[in-house]
Amino acid sequence: MSVEINVTGEVVTAFLGGELDHHTAREMRETIDNAVELNMPTLLILDFKDVTFMDSSGIGLVMGRYKNLTKSGAELHITGAPPQIYKMLRLAGIEKLAKLEGR
Amino acid sequence: MQVNNKFSMTLMSRSANESFARACVSAFATQLDPTLEEISDIKTAVSEAVTNCIVHAYDNKPGNIYITAELLEDNSIRIKIRDRGCGIENVSRAMEPLYTTVGGERAGLGFAVMTSFMDKVKVISVPGKGTTVTMIKKISRRFNLNA
Repeated sequence: MSVEINVTGEVVTAFLGGELDHHTAREMRETIDNAVELNMPTLLILDFKDVTFMDSSGIGLVMGRYKNLTKSGAELHITGAPPQIYKMLRLAGIEKLAKLEGR
Repeated sequence: MQVNNKFSMTLMSRSANESFARACVSAFATQLDPTLEEISDIKTAVSEAVTNCIVHAYDNKPGNIYITAELLEDNSIRIKIRDRGCGIENVSRAMEPLYTTVGGERAGLGFAVMTSFMDKVKVISVPGKGTTVTMIKKISRRFNLNA
């Protein structure tokens, strides 16, 4: 499990990597939330390109970030999701909350 | 249905075992020559069921999780995941998408994911005694170039 944060102007991008489950979600969540709190972005991009596994804990992570961002009127985009992760995001109806890019 | 192969294991209800459990079951399932997508579906469903045992059945306290996987003669895998935790009062309600009894960031999608990614999901629960989730996934027989 890994999270790399990139800040460009008002955009924070979190590059997620490895396996995202109930066990690893907490640390990912804390890293992302710290970066958002520090940089106050207008757009948060979650990059799933290097995520090798995700269960519904990943959906909880996306929904939680969305809730936090809407408080400040910021937007959430999701990019790079491999087919299996895209399947999970669609099952949860995430496209209603966040823009799904790169497919 | 004839059982061609079987394995069982007992795990402590620790979140670090979520990845271990899904890796074990999916490694066993490779004997049926599944596609990457089928393997990923099995991994995800097992992960959901085991997480439910840890978060709900045992409420993050110590307990045992019992997993049995069987390879059946029709090229399917039957996976049983059982706990001796708190049980579920209303199974059909628990299986509704987005329904969750805990706060934090649980999406309430565990059973919806299992149902969607597996061919059959059966849940038997006795409040105060525990829950057994039985899931079946049929693995497609792929064209064999050497046949």
